[in-house]
Amino acid sequence: MIAFFIKRLAQAVLVMFVISLISFSIQDNLGDPLREMVGQSVSEAERQALRDELGLNDPFLVQYGRFVKNALQGDLGTSYFFKEPALDVILGKLPATLELVFGASLIIIGLSVPLGVYSAINPQSLFSKAVMGISIVGISVPVFLTAIGLIYFFSIELGLMPSYGRGDTVEILGLETSLLTADGWSHLVLPAVSLASIMLPLFIRLIRAEMMEVLQSEYVKFAWAKGLMTRRIYFLHALKNTMLPVITVGGVQIGTMVAYTILTETVFQWPGMGFLFLEAVNRVDTPLIVAYLIVVGAIFVITNTIVDLIYGLVNPTVKLAGKK
Amino acid sequence: MKKTVSLLAGAALSLGLVASANAATLKMAYDADPVSLDPHEQLSGGTLQLSHMTFDPLIRWDKKLGFEPRLAEKWERVDPLTMRFHLRKGVKFHSGNDFTAKDVVFTFNRLRNSPDFKGIFAPFTELKVVDDHTIDLKTAKPFPLVLNNVTYLFPMDSKYYSGNDANGEPKDKLVKHGNSFASRQLSGTGPYTVTYRQQGVKVEFTRNSNYWDVNSPGNVDKIILTPIKEAPTRVAALLSGDVDFIAPVPPTDHNRIAKKEGIDLITMGGTRIITFQMNQERVEAFKDARVRQAIAYAINQKGIVKKIMKGFATPAAQMSPWGYLGHNEALMPRYDLKKAKQLMKEAGYENGFSITMMAPNNRYVNDEKIAQAVASMLAKINIKVDLKTLPKAQYWGEFDARAADMMMIGWHADTEDSNNFFEFLTACPDTETGLGQYNSGNYCSPEADKLMHQANAETDPKKRAAIMQKIEEMLYNDAAFIPLHWQNLAWGASSKVKAEPVLNVMNFPYLGDLVVED
Repeated sequence: MIAFFIKRLAQAVLVMFVISLISFSIQDNLGDPLREMVGQSVSEAERQALRDELGLNDPFLVQYGRFVKNALQGDLGTSYFFKEPALDVILGKLPATLELVFGASLIIIGLSVPLGVYSAINPQSLFSKAVMGISIVGISVPVFLTAIGLIYFFSIELGLMPSYGRGDTVEILGLETSLLTADGWSHLVLPAVSLASIMLPLFIRLIRAEMMEVLQSEYVKFAWAKGLMTRRIYFLHALKNTMLPVITVGGVQIGTMVAYTILTETVFQWPGMGFLFLEAVNRVDTPLIVAYLIVVGAIFVITNTIVDLIYGLVNPTVKLAGKK
Repeated sequence: MKKTVSLLAGAALSLGLVASANAATLKMAYDADPVSLDPHEQLSGGTLQLSHMTFDPLIRWDKKLGFEPRLAEKWERVDPLTMRFHLRKGVKFHSGNDFTAKDVVFTFNRLRNSPDFKGIFAPFTELKVVDDHTIDLKTAKPFPLVLNNVTYLFPMDSKYYSGNDANGEPKDKLVKHGNSFASRQLSGTGPYTVTYRQQGVKVEFTRNSNYWDVNSPGNVDKIILTPIKEAPTRVAALLSGDVDFIAPVPPTDHNRIAKKEGIDLITMGGTRIITFQMNQERVEAFKDARVRQAIAYAINQKGIVKKIMKGFATPAAQMSPWGYLGHNEALMPRYDLKKAKQLMKEAGYENGFSITMMAPNNRYVNDEKIAQAVASMLAKINIKVDLKTLPKAQYWGEFDARAADMMMIGWHADTEDSNNFFEFLTACPDTETGLGQYNSGNYCSPEADKLMHQANAETDPKKRAAIMQKIEEMLYNDAAFIPLHWQNLAWGASSKVKAEPVLNVMNFPYLGDLVVED
């Protein structure tokens, strides 16, 4: 177990290093940050003076060396736009994004398991076919279209839901959350549904396919022959084995979901880090862009580690440290 | 004694009630929130919008592009080099400090050290204090745009910005990138104070209860500004009643907003000109005026405005919009394909040639589509265009490098004056003086430049207008560049928000004077 963690930690450091190197080397292609900082009439000489002041005229290795030196002390640079340490800005926006991912995960887990299991058990029923049909549509409609459609229908036409933004927040244990207010939940519904709409069909189909396969297996047949209760067969023996690949895919997909928050948050003006990132790209706020990529890299590494741990719990035959 | 107290309390209470009966809250959404609370950090629309809410200029533009007294009650020319301003008395800053000539000098000096604003204040040599409420603004040469440029002088509270902050930095330090006292808090004389600000999420403004302008009809005591970046979401927020006032409104949604009951669409002809420049250094053919004219004849400005801009732009044949001194009524868009082909033939390019073109794809309204339309129009006179569009962050680097044969540029004159267009876009490029900084076509007409310098020294508006109109005509005849249109401005507002009277073509609404009905 300890060996596993150390190995993971080493991997994480390597991943972050590679990400920082890549993001640092592409920043020159993102555009000129000075353009976003000064008005259009400012002369080239003035811009060069500012560029010198920011250290942007130094050779790449000097800039990167400075960055690494500061990064090792926990300083990922200062955002040009927010004028605050980039890491603080991102961590300040993280709760909003996690809320969104949490909301979407609730919807995905709450719907995909029953729907997937039902359509595996009753593949011929009209309802199963409807679920499969709708999931095809769901998987092919781009998320921003779903989002705008939802806003149009529920906010403008029906007037039921707020059209943008995050609701009232309360502070708990030093973290701001909107999950404890009614206003917060009403603001969360539409963005969470749009974000869930990309992953939900995938999980329904995955669970259905896996479950159908498991139901054909010898031990399920044996369980039927043994005369076990139907519920016990479906939900204990079959479902547990179905969940193994689902967890693996799920772990990878949480990372993808964080990536998709960029689109969802932009459409809903959700003040999370995905929206922040897109804005940072538009404004060529390079310190913020680099810091975001590193933080997201960290999230990937952490979720995958957690997934591996859960995997071990569900399937005791998997050894974490690997065999020597 | 007790009775007096309760009487007073009662009076105060009823006063409070009267005030709140017609006081209103305005929820508005722009595409972005102010970058900084420091009015001198960046010369941009966002900064000026903030300045007009929290500060007051000495004088400001009115709807007809005339001048309106604000912190300067009146002004007069003392001699050709000096303009005297009489400052308003009894004005207080948000902090409670009195507004005097000292604050104007403080602000003037700070502006001259701001990379963004120093250009505007460069013609002024000195600001002399005559007495506490009188100042003399001096120039080295007779300068016609004294009043235009003074609209950028929003006095800051010199006492408030004096001394050092908690980090030991001077409070008035101007920092472009990074934390500074002035970028986080402000004290002006304006109708609103900033009471809450979470950058990128929300700014709350509260009415300044001691505002000097007691004649202002404005009754909004609280403004909540939310940036909503995505246009469809911004429109949805207005349609669903989550906000009362939005800007900008994309052309595709104009009809939807105009048709919706209880919501008004307000549009105005804007002052930002969209043009294409033809690079004479890169393409030999562009040196021939006939080829440039052929291109000018081949572009159908009205068609672009109708089909792509959905009518919400004004077709242009020059840079100066209506209302500017240099606007020449006689110049009209000249779409004529036959003439264009004939000119190409005369110039010996009947079979055309190939060029590259670049345009941004997220800077101006429909910029990418406009570039595509222009490319296909040029195909009709056998000019084959290889078009590349880029996000604005990358585009400007390419523009500075003059990386394509034809490049798009939009321009708004900071001084609201025609000469600004000439200086930046069509003057002979000169790195020394900075003239022609955005002249990617490398067009150069010494004659037009001479007139431009002449206009810079002419203080008689009539004579100036004649000179600048002449320049526009020369550029038109020479087809120095390809004008397309002036982008219109559009705002969406709930019908109870009486926005029209406070809006203007410079796009800085005077929200202090805004009336919202119950």
